[in-house]
Amino acid sequence: MIQVQNLTKSYGSVVAVGGISFEVHEGEIFGMVGPNGAGKTTTIECIEGLRRPDGGSVRLLETDPWQKRQAIASRIGIQLQESALPPRLRVAEALDLFGSFYEHRADAEELLDTLGLTEKRSSAFGKLSGGQKQRLFIALALVNQPEVVFFDELTTGLDPQARRSMWDLVRQIRERGCTVFLTTHFMEEAERLCDRVLIIDRGQIVALDTPEALVRSLGAEKRLVFTLPEHQTCPPLLHLPQVQRVEQSGERMVVYGHGERFAGTVLDALEDAGVHFLDLRTEQPNLEDVFIALTGREMRE
Amino acid sequence: MRGFRQLTLTNLRLYLRDPITTFFTLAFPPLLIVLFGAIYGNDPLPLFGGYGSMDVSIPGYTALILGSVGFLTIPITISAYRESGVLRRFQATALRPLTYILADVVTNLAMTFLGMVGLVAVGWLLYRVRFEGQVIGVVTAVAFGGLAMFAVGYLIASLAPSARAAQVIGLVVFYPMVFISGAGMPLELMPETIRKVADFLPLTYVVKLLRGLWFGDAWRDHLLETAVLGGILVVCTAVAARFFRWE
Repeated sequence: MIQVQNLTKSYGSVVAVGGISFEVHEGEIFGMVGPNGAGKTTTIECIEGLRRPDGGSVRLLETDPWQKRQAIASRIGIQLQESALPPRLRVAEALDLFGSFYEHRADAEELLDTLGLTEKRSSAFGKLSGGQKQRLFIALALVNQPEVVFFDELTTGLDPQARRSMWDLVRQIRERGCTVFLTTHFMEEAERLCDRVLIIDRGQIVALDTPEALVRSLGAEKRLVFTLPEHQTCPPLLHLPQVQRVEQSGERMVVYGHGERFAGTVLDALEDAGVHFLDLRTEQPNLEDVFIALTGREMRE
Repeated sequence: MRGFRQLTLTNLRLYLRDPITTFFTLAFPPLLIVLFGAIYGNDPLPLFGGYGSMDVSIPGYTALILGSVGFLTIPITISAYRESGVLRRFQATALRPLTYILADVVTNLAMTFLGMVGLVAVGWLLYRVRFEGQVIGVVTAVAFGGLAMFAVGYLIASLAPSARAAQVIGLVVFYPMVFISGAGMPLELMPETIRKVADFLPLTYVVKLLRGLWFGDAWRDHLLETAVLGGILVVCTAVAARFFRWE
């Protein structure tokens, strides 16, 4: 689907992308994550044929997207990080208009329905909420039944609920056989949504794998956190094979360990000792931890 | 040219939904007839070669529409579309850039002719204004002069760093022309020095060409105007094409 070889792009003396290579396979949801300014948008726009790479090669659907921009444009769908429509253009008109640019069109009514925009069909673009605008842009990206669709920062600026429904939508799009390439600076989004994740920082690839494999590669410990009721002491836990170490500060306990049965074993031991713990929660390492481990820095928002 | 028809129709619809551009293109010119007609009337005057004030104002006001579309509407909408990301949204589709520009030009020409029809209708209803030229020649001249003025507009849109700047440049260029190019007021009313200044204003040549053809001149009587407008059209289009930015 997509092959990127040694892609480089600079703006003046600032290197945005410093020679990266990767492939995207047919039918996958491929995510590119990294902090703002990591080179995500530059990379995605080079693949879309909207930007000319300084060096290296990009193949999209067996074609050079910059040289054959017109040919490639009818086979892909693009949602841009920042764009707009004329404020007085209405939702249904926008779909009609953008559909008229293509030979193969999706059914506009069905798209409106899928994206929950049927009731807004006569609303002007300028009157839509952020989430509605974003859904309209997704509809426009799908209007030509693309083989690959690109989402750049799809859920930025959306509230958590809207973000989740956007994830469902992306999964639906993939169900229809469309390959999805997306960028995000939300680690959770990449972890929950993507089949494979490319972590990029300062124009370089830091890691590329499935979210599970990335987290596993950390070999990081799981954590079980709880609070002891007053006048209760914690039973010894260190003899349990799954438990690595235990930290206590006042009434607050943090137990570190490994393994499938880690949480269950610790809970059983507490139960046997008659400890009625409060505020129990478990913490799994996530992509955020992967990023910190690999770059030595926190993701800046 | 896929998408051309739909884009042009959509543009026209959006145009008519915008109260400001609609007012200046469609309502303002007929209002000028009503207002200045009430002041000056349309009695034949020796100053205008036996024509009345309103007779000679119709081609002038037509040039005024071309000027306001070229110097205001085009640079303001194009640069606002660029600033807000509308142009980029179109660029990210299979629509060809040339198709986009052609649809924009055709939309603006269509609006100009619509405004002109209203202008002539009101002029005829109120003052039975005279027309002694050939319709095809005048329509061609309006389109030709329009393209030259629009090219200036695209040039401003290409060079202006922001939508705000495009608006200011458009206003600064256009306003003097309203008064001293013969568009808003006939040049016969101007002193000699103003007329010399007018020779440096592009809209003056549109006014002279339209007025000539309107009252029966042949194109060959206006080779200077034709050459100047043709030059403006070619040079501005070339420079605008060179510097046009989608983002």
